[in-house]
Amino acid sequence: MRGNRRKTTLLLLIFAAGVLCALSLTGELLAETASAADFSRKNLPPCPACPFGTDWMGRDMLARTLAGLSLSLRVGALTAAASGAVALVLGTAAAALGGWADALISWVIDLVMGVPHILLIILISLACGRGFWGVTAGVALTHWTSLARLVRGEVLQLKETPWLRMSRRLGVSRSALLRNHLLPHLLPQFLTGVILQFPHAILHEASVTFLGFGLPPEQPATGIILEESMAYLTTGRWWLALFPGLSLVLLVVLFALIGERLRLLLSPAAAQE
Amino acid sequence: MLHRLQFTAKKLVRMALLLLGVSLTAFLLMDASPLDPLQTNVGQAALGAMSPDQVAKLEDYWGVNTPAAERYLGWLSSALRGDLGTSLLYRRPVLEVVGQRLGSSLWLLLFAWAASGALGLAFGLIAGTHRGRWPDRLIRGFCLTLSSTPSFWLALLLLMVFAVWLEVLPIGLSVPIGAAAESVTLAQRLRHALLPALTLSVTGLSNIALHTREKVADVLDSDYILFARARGEGHILRRHVLRNVALPALTLQFASIGEIIGGSVLVEQVFSYPGLGQAAVSAGLGGDMPLLLGITVATAALVFGGNLAADLLYGVIDPRIRRGAART
Repeated sequence: MRGNRRKTTLLLLIFAAGVLCALSLTGELLAETASAADFSRKNLPPCPACPFGTDWMGRDMLARTLAGLSLSLRVGALTAAASGAVALVLGTAAAALGGWADALISWVIDLVMGVPHILLIILISLACGRGFWGVTAGVALTHWTSLARLVRGEVLQLKETPWLRMSRRLGVSRSALLRNHLLPHLLPQFLTGVILQFPHAILHEASVTFLGFGLPPEQPATGIILEESMAYLTTGRWWLALFPGLSLVLLVVLFALIGERLRLLLSPAAAQE
Repeated sequence: MLHRLQFTAKKLVRMALLLLGVSLTAFLLMDASPLDPLQTNVGQAALGAMSPDQVAKLEDYWGVNTPAAERYLGWLSSALRGDLGTSLLYRRPVLEVVGQRLGSSLWLLLFAWAASGALGLAFGLIAGTHRGRWPDRLIRGFCLTLSSTPSFWLALLLLMVFAVWLEVLPIGLSVPIGAAAESVTLAQRLRHALLPALTLSVTGLSNIALHTREKVADVLDSDYILFARARGEGHILRRHVLRNVALPALTLQFASIGEIIGGSVLVEQVFSYPGLGQAAVSAGLGGDMPLLLGITVATAALVFGGNLAADLLYGVIDPRIRRGAART
């Protein structure tokens, strides 16, 4: 089984990609169903017809959960990509330029890390007037710091390697250095870093939406669903909170597993472990 | 001794600069917000029915007409004198509101901070020393699930089980409803704080446990452990592993302050616990700029203070750092 790590990881990746595609697709298709009220079947506990039950407006919780997950996925993908880009640019800039640019970027990283993420996301989301773009900007602008530090450290280390010093002396152009030496070393770490951003991004989006600073209430986001379920907690409608939250946890676990597997696979030291 | 003082002074200056940066950033972000404080707090209908005089008065109260730079500089100069302004929602000095709210959150935060650190370290040690075997797998699976669970959902679940289903614990607030402040006993307070503290402890735990595990594994793979084993030394865990893990564990512990405070925002909201996090949410939703600014600066000060404490404690714990600092 040990030699098959690559194969199982590949299978897991394909499976996860399939799940994600299916999720975002069904989420799109179910957007109508998710907000369609039907008062003839409100407050149903889970039953064969609607496995996740229905809420006080008769909306199907399964459809709402799936639509919410696909929304989370979109926010997650967007924010992970954006924060990855910020981290790559600022991390390499800090390491390559050095001097005051490095000091400034490190200072900004310390600044962003000094305020609890939730609070900073709330502030940024408020600045953008809440809603989809508010929460996306908030999550994207708070999650780049650790990845930027990682990239900075890697580039600093790479800069001093014999082969890079040698090629610099030999007159290899900057872009060729970047393309042939820096990127191949950086890319695996960077990509895993971006994928590992996903779980955090999704959770933070849900949290901020839950608090009322994110997506608007008419959208079936997971945060909204759980916020609404709070009002019905005391009346014993456990299915309103249990299933949507559980699905979110499963989605996040999937991403965390993929990221972890990829990290092990792509780092030469651990690949044979 | 002199270099320790110099080191501390340097860190303090850096911390002050960072706090300045935090306050400016938070101010600019709030200033950029297109949400009108009047519409948010007074409401469209009431605003339409008011006389222009009254509207102008309210605009003055919420600071709509003052230029941003003037407002920030005004805030800064009085902040330096220890006055963080007046909360617009609570109509009391921000410092007082923050102090009171922090006071009621403090035990929650402290308990969660200590519990997550201690449990995380213990889990990390167990998993790291049993690498690949079932305790390790169990702990890693547990940590993965925990770190993937949104804390507010966990809070909801705990509420459903303990407050609604089993009916053994109260559903929210920090004291019983309708009880006079003097008659509230310590036991009642503890009962109300139990679930929030439990939820909050879990937020920082998995990160600490997983990082400690990695570090323990690294240490166990090292040459000095091999040598110690070859010599037949006993107490390897206490003499070698714990001492070498102490430093990263300390870093993690103090780095988790921000995470715990962030988590408290969510947890306090679910449990209607009247702490700092809940105040932050209502300040944000109500457009109470001075209070939100005050809370942001106060939490940032706590986080930076934690980093400073960690930096200073390194030297206390690790003689190599102490001597290294003395030499330079």
